Amino acid sequence: MYTQGLDQRPADGATKAGDDPAALAAFQARVDREEKIEPNDWMPQGYRRTLVRQISQHAHSEIVGMLPEGNWITRAPSLRRKMILLAKVQDEGGHGLYLYSAAETLGVPRAEMVDQLLAGKAKYSSIFNYPTLTWADIGAIGWLVDGAAIMNQVPLCRCSYGPYARAMIRICREESFHQRQGYELMLKLAQGTSEQKRMAQDALDRWWWPSLMMFGPSDRESIHSSQNMAWKIKRVSNDELRQKFVDATVPQGHYLGLTFPDPELRFDEASGHWTHGPIDWSEFNRILAGDGPCNRERMAARRKAHADGAWVREAAAAFAAKRARRQRAEAAE
Amino acid sequence: MAEDRNDWPLWEVFVRSRNGLAHRHVGSLHAVDGEMAVEMARDVYCRRAEGVSVWVARSADIVASDPARKDDMFEPMVSKIYRHPTFYEIPSEVKNI
Ligand SMILES: [Fe+2]
Ligand SMILES: [Fe+2]
Repeated sequence: MYTQGLDQRPADGATKAGDDPAALAAFQARVDREEKIEPNDWMPQGYRRTLVRQISQHAHSEIVGMLPEGNWITRAPSLRRKMILLAKVQDEGGHGLYLYSAAETLGVPRAEMVDQLLAGKAKYSSIFNYPTLTWADIGAIGWLVDGAAIMNQVPLCRCSYGPYARAMIRICREESFHQRQGYELMLKLAQGTSEQKRMAQDALDRWWWPSLMMFGPSDRESIHSSQNMAWKIKRVSNDELRQKFVDATVPQGHYLGLTFPDPELRFDEASGHWTHGPIDWSEFNRILAGDGPCNRERMAARRKAHADGAWVREAAAAFAAKRARRQRAEAAE
Repeated sequence: MAEDRNDWPLWEVFVRSRNGLAHRHVGSLHAVDGEMAVEMARDVYCRRAEGVSVWVARSADIVASDPARKDDMFEPMVSKIYRHPTFYEIPSEVKNI
């Protein structure tokens, strides 16, 4: 999954104390020439802070994003669906790890990022604080949530920070399967019994608006993007990405024979785009502030998983220490 | 959480994607030792047959050139244009050279 739209603070400015103006100008020139910035290169403090925040939030989103879908693994209706869902959830775990690894190149230890998440101090994508009530939700998540993630992530493959861009390339290669398996699932339900079709419609009704919110606040409200655009951390604006997603997704939904929960949704001949009704940003803000339907449950599940894994971490460390001692003893003989 | 801080060392992962190609850096991970790092590298970086061989090396053991010294480090090679075949003019009548 995904990044962006979480961070409502202004971007850390380029001109904060400590950065030499000549170095800043040279840095901006490198970015303007489309050179990639690598871990040991000089970078403005604000650039580093912005990236650490964005990449770690993105990593947390991948990890927390395993929970709503993991909820259905044992209840998948067939072995085929179970294998697919397992593989997809495992991919999301992998995405989290690629991203933690990219963030670590900026000098933050992973343990620190994990601690922040578990302490409830870090943000992750609002979308994972909604419940997965029926099997159709697994289809809707793949189709809509991963679909929105792809729209967001493709421009990030060209991000100016090398390790982040490379992680995004790996992730994007894997996301397409996520979206397609979800759409195929929706298609099966939409072509199934009336009860199955009703389930598919209900899932679309519940996931549509939250998916649109994934792109973050409207460009009119987002104060922080211009610096991120100049640094080429962000390449395409929130509203532009959202529009691309709506244009791609609405015809796919109509093919399923489903309707979107937006009476104002219509095709605008003049612009060639689908226009949608207003988004309820109060819901988005409430969830980001920690008060969504599943925020507490998600954090409790993460903390429990971390605590339950403590003995594994301890045992592995003890075993490695024992083996290292034995190897040293053998070498000394 | 602080009691079990993840102090496992960081490892850099290199994957050979096909026979005949060189290993290529793909990312990093934490593991207690090399054996565990190889197994985790399989799960994290090779879920779709991305490789036929994995190398791992402790990140702390990697010595890198200093990006701030990039210019004087690599400049001597840039100015030695006679190291490139295009430096030499050969009459067009002469073939296969
Ligand atoms: Fe993902
Ligand atoms: Fe995904």
